[in-house]
Amino acid sequence: MPDNPIRILIAKPGLDGHDRGAKVIARALRDAGMEVIYTGLRQSPIMIVEAALQEDVNAIGVSILSGAHQVLVPRIIDLLNDNGLYNVPLFVGGIIPDNDVEELIQLGVAGVFGPGTSTSDIVSAVREAVS
Amino acid sequence: MSLIKQIISGDRRALAQALTLVENDYQNSQNMLAEVYTHTGHAHIIGVTGIPGAGKSTLLNALVKLMRKCEDTLGLLAVDPSSQFSKGAILGDRIRMRDLLGDKGVFIRSMATRGELGGLSSSTAGAVDVLDAAGFDRVIVETVGVGQAEVDIASNAHTSIVVLCPGVGDSVQAAKSGILEIADIIVVNKSDYPKVNVTKSYLREMLDIGSAVQVGLSETQNMTCDPHLVHGTSGAGNNSWQVPIITTVATSGEGVSELFDHLLAHYDHITSTGEITVRRQNRLRAIFESRLRKQLYTKFSQMLSEDYFLRQLELMMVRETDPYTAATECMNNFEINYIGDED
Repeated sequence: MPDNPIRILIAKPGLDGHDRGAKVIARALRDAGMEVIYTGLRQSPIMIVEAALQEDVNAIGVSILSGAHQVLVPRIIDLLNDNGLYNVPLFVGGIIPDNDVEELIQLGVAGVFGPGTSTSDIVSAVREAVS
Repeated sequence: MSLIKQIISGDRRALAQALTLVENDYQNSQNMLAEVYTHTGHAHIIGVTGIPGAGKSTLLNALVKLMRKCEDTLGLLAVDPSSQFSKGAILGDRIRMRDLLGDKGVFIRSMATRGELGGLSSSTAGAVDVLDAAGFDRVIVETVGVGQAEVDIASNAHTSIVVLCPGVGDSVQAAKSGILEIADIIVVNKSDYPKVNVTKSYLREMLDIGSAVQVGLSETQNMTCDPHLVHGTSGAGNNSWQVPIITTVATSGEGVSELFDHLLAHYDHITSTGEITVRRQNRLRAIFESRLRKQLYTKFSQMLSEDYFLRQLELMMVRETDPYTAATECMNNFEINYIGDED
């Protein structure tokens, strides 16, 4: 196949309304040549997985600042598996306490990016996970 | 089970994968599209175009909710622009369509233009066929926000809706010679904003002048214009369609049921007058021509050595040739056989 752009879904699950981080990431991925399907605020895990399925994305990034990652992330992973999307890497960004990072990785999260991560590191991580 | 059978049986993941194949792999999607084509021809294809920020996605959110009440199933393609620089894109139409998620009767796919300039991507037509074959009653294509000349949607849809909003006098002026010519239905969205009546009267006047001119033309000569470029304007004769101007507030749903009524009326009109046959043929012509253009260019690029191309460029720089002559000379060396039936 020719060199096709990576398609990635960027979403904010849960109820926190701070989407600055997600927008910065979406822009950085766009500038790295990816097609970013941006779904915006207040998405439920069902909405995120349904969008990932319809859009046939190569990867998913969710931004969580509310502290609800231990509820939202397992739910998203379960739904991805239920829909046959277990090969789609899931990245988590936002405020995740250090002690919880390992737990998320164990669940199958492809990478966790806290504040201060450089966007180029994120771009490389997505490219590597997709290739 | 083949991909096609999975799609027809309602497998949404297979449908998503088929759309990816159409978008990413021109060569290998051809066989699938050939099979898909045999299952097409049932859906009402609706194009929604208009200026950026007019509210196309929000309007579709409201319209599709209404259509779902009538049990219509819908496939949506939402096209957004790719960056000319990075080739990347932010596809944000789903933000406005949040009410439609979780409904199994609706399938939404975002597409980037990937370098095309006509308001669609080169794979949009194939994607429409896939959704048609999947059995959706209506397939809706939302173009990128357009300005003046991006009228590709007209040859891809049975019904074209052009969405504007009040207070865009200059844009309306600009649109006069462009996208308004393809409108079957005009929507003035955000009609709770001031100056909505001014905008409406501008539009009405423009349409009235258009139909007067058409009547004049048909009295003096047979029109030989490309039919898909004049469709929608209220042409002469009993079969003419009067382009309605509908005011809506997409965020509250006001006017949306009127839009739906006109959409149904337009479909009835084109089916009862036979106009739909003309539009189907125009659509096939557009796809056929676009495939020919793309393949001809690919073939030609393969036959043109890069060294030769660069040498010509150097000769232009030292003024021993010029781009006009060089292009013709390249073509003169490209072997093309006549294609057609023998006399």
